Amino acid sequence: MKYRQILDHVVLLFGVFLMMGPLVVAFLTSTYNHVTIHRQGMQFGWGGQFLDTYQTVLTQQGGFSGEITGLLMTQNSIILGIGFAVGKIVVSMTAAYAIVYFRFRAGTFFFWVIFLTLLLPLEVRILPSYEVAQQLGLLNSYTGLILPLIASATGTFFFRQFFKSVPEELLEASRIDGAGPIQFFWDILVPLSRTMMAAIFIIMFVVGWNQYLWPTIMTTEEQYFTLVRGIQSVMQQMIGADIPYYNEALAMAMLAMLPPALVILIFQRMFIKGLVEQEK
Amino acid sequence: MTTLRIKNAVKRYPNGALAVEGVSVDVEDGELCVFVGPSGCGKSTLLRMVAGLEDVTEGEVELAGRVVNDLEPADRNIAMVFQNYALYPHMSVRKNLAYGLKNRGTPKAEIEAKVQEAAELLQIADYLDRRPGQLSGGQRQRVAMGRAIVRDPAIFLFDEPLSNLDAKLRNQMRLEIKKLQRRLGVAAIYVTHDQVEAMTLADKIVVLNAGKIEQIGTPAEVYGNPATTFVASFIGAPPMNLIPAEAENGAIRLGDQTLNLGLDHRGPVTFGLRPERAHIGASGEGLRMETGVVEELGAIRLVHGRVGPHEITVTQNADQPIPGAEAVLRVEASDIHLFDAETGRRV
Amino acid sequence: MKKAQFSNPWLPYALLAPQMLIIAIFFLWPAAEAIRSSFYLEDPFFGNATFVGLQNYTDAFRASDYQRTAWFTALFVTLVSLLSLAIGLMLAVSADRVLRGQSSYKTLLMWVYAIAPPVAGLIGVMLFDQHIGPLVDFFALFGWEMRLGVNYWDTGIAIIIVSTWKQIPYNFIFFLSGLQSIPNSVKEAARIDCRSERRRFWTITFPLLAPTSFFLLILNITYAMFETFGTIDQMVKDQPGNSPVTLVYKVYRDGFRGNDLGGSAAQSVVLMVLVLILTIVQFRLIERRVHYN
Repeated sequence: MKYRQILDHVVLLFGVFLMMGPLVVAFLTSTYNHVTIHRQGMQFGWGGQFLDTYQTVLTQQGGFSGEITGLLMTQNSIILGIGFAVGKIVVSMTAAYAIVYFRFRAGTFFFWVIFLTLLLPLEVRILPSYEVAQQLGLLNSYTGLILPLIASATGTFFFRQFFKSVPEELLEASRIDGAGPIQFFWDILVPLSRTMMAAIFIIMFVVGWNQYLWPTIMTTEEQYFTLVRGIQSVMQQMIGADIPYYNEALAMAMLAMLPPALVILIFQRMFIKGLVEQEK
Repeated sequence: MTTLRIKNAVKRYPNGALAVEGVSVDVEDGELCVFVGPSGCGKSTLLRMVAGLEDVTEGEVELAGRVVNDLEPADRNIAMVFQNYALYPHMSVRKNLAYGLKNRGTPKAEIEAKVQEAAELLQIADYLDRRPGQLSGGQRQRVAMGRAIVRDPAIFLFDEPLSNLDAKLRNQMRLEIKKLQRRLGVAAIYVTHDQVEAMTLADKIVVLNAGKIEQIGTPAEVYGNPATTFVASFIGAPPMNLIPAEAENGAIRLGDQTLNLGLDHRGPVTFGLRPERAHIGASGEGLRMETGVVEELGAIRLVHGRVGPHEITVTQNADQPIPGAEAVLRVEASDIHLFDAETGRRV
Repeated sequence: MKKAQFSNPWLPYALLAPQMLIIAIFFLWPAAEAIRSSFYLEDPFFGNATFVGLQNYTDAFRASDYQRTAWFTALFVTLVSLLSLAIGLMLAVSADRVLRGQSSYKTLLMWVYAIAPPVAGLIGVMLFDQHIGPLVDFFALFGWEMRLGVNYWDTGIAIIIVSTWKQIPYNFIFFLSGLQSIPNSVKEAARIDCRSERRRFWTITFPLLAPTSFFLLILNITYAMFETFGTIDQMVKDQPGNSPVTLVYKVYRDGFRGNDLGGSAAQSVVLMVLVLILTIVQFRLIERRVHYN
């Protein structure tokens, strides 16, 4: 019994080393001078350049046009994360409400249309999607960044599942209490869904924040770059540089990672609940 | 006056299944009417048709003198207590009670007064600011009733409201519901599958089976003169013994035994005898019974055994001697129920 | 189906309108466009298109580049899915059993989930960098000189390692919650019936986890196919031409970099069919899972 427990701890400690090790090394290295990194490789200690590097990344104007700073990118990332999460919740909740609580002829048809979107991940329709956005004049705009991302089926399915689990008697009781469809939605369903909405918000914020492909092709003006999108241009600058600014690249990576990581850690239980429930 | 009149109500689902087949019931003012029957007999469907939660396929539902078939539930002047209470989990008790009144546009002061009055009546005034999740089963039950009371309905509808409570609480709440209904003097329909609840609560019992009415009557009528074998076996515990028999020449033949009763019915019948109406003796006139297992219940005991090939159960006061392997059942002619062997109807 | 629903002539349509509008504009239209242009040869500079039937498809399938990418994708998807599932399960089993420190382990093992694939790719590029990468030094101890971006298989292995690493927390979370949802009474009954812990795992726990595992397998395949795009994009930045990439990446590269619009469209239609198959399998599994309960 005792032996078993020790073995479990060994396995877990090794797992933690595997998962956290690269992040720790990346963080520590980002506190060094780029010349030192270039000469001696990635670092395993504290380099003392922490403030300098992060200040530079956050405030110094970078990119080719010099219009973007780390702070601005963070702001864009937050806009994308929150816009994506809120948009997705609103759109999928109303759609799920219509599908679950209304008797209408086209209900099943709409359900299958939503289902269809599962078949079309952004990656397989990327080129035509870009062309559509271009024709609508949505390139380099927050609308163009967020809107195409929010209408996938997962959120709708999630709320559909949840609404189905709400006891039918609540609807009946509220009908006897004289509530119409809009009142029922606002007075009963939305307050009941609060935990679910929060869980979905957390997950979607992380998913939105971490978007890469769409922002990469959608935004060519640097003022719309998100942190994750910015990683790409950082890489481009590193290639071909004499002594690449490894430290700044890694600092960017840390900045891009921190907010979603914090959100997940703070709301850990809700996050796990949302994640696991979502896939049911 | 009649509060509720159900006339030839039929419920047919789109797939053709019939849940209720032509039921007619009247509920008088202040009457507590119980719909009782096994699960799937249509009793809940019928109640929900009265509430307006199910469409009425055919027939009429008439409440306080007007046909309400096409009215929304909120416009029918009914109140309902659900099996799982259906309290709004995110609202305080106070808001739960007030929600329906608020939707009707009742003035605030009046809502407040009504909520307070109902809360005091039900002794939940101390919990008004709690949420349903913080209450015990019995307290939730009271809140659900409170929500019904504040509406001042023409009729209360109870849908198996006690089935989520433990046995002790159930008995207590049952009594409270009855007292409350008497006190308010409002008609009520109470749906249950529990015949004890039905017997104890009802002014009028409606026994339903497979979407049809088997019998309507007072508890005493339904117990004393069951109209069918179904009612006979459903009402009363332990249930009535029902044994296939033959009636001829004023006598009943049960296997190789004959009971002389002076009846003028002939042909195959079902012989019915309530366990509590047979007297067990060691010898004498009557049905010979082989005794088997004996169950002690305290004041009485159940004696299981056989008459011929058929199983039979009779009760006996606990102060009587336990019968031996062979016993004789003395039976009064007036305690015997005979049903047509084919239709199950009383003869 | 709900028994008591609302009926209203316009409200459900109004509620569905935003979702449907976005789907029509950003899903159906582009998908139709992709299918259409997969049958045309388009001149990217002058914009005139010629109908060529299935030629784009046959060309794509015949190209040695496509075949090599397809093989690498198959290998990549298999390895990433199985490795991250296995490691995730192993960690979850241990985390489910330890009495002390469970929540700390959970937190530390989950952290990587928050990382965007391209960020994982960037860190990977550094770790496998020929000059500064500690992992290159580590593998050199075993006489393996890793050359990211130069050697095809070295790059491939690095991408597989980083993609697996990124996916472990996801599987860990699902397996752990699957393990914790096994009723204690079942675990206790098993302890009475079976002495060997290993045997108990394979005869009781693992079969009970099987629905979760199948389901996760599909999600992992989807991840490896599509979501690794960012990781790959970072890690092959130097030499995307002769580095290992997945089919999804090739669609993007041929379309955006190579300007082969018809070919890229044909490849994306092939991928849509693949997703269709995956989705059907996934929904079959969900149905089965419902029967389990």
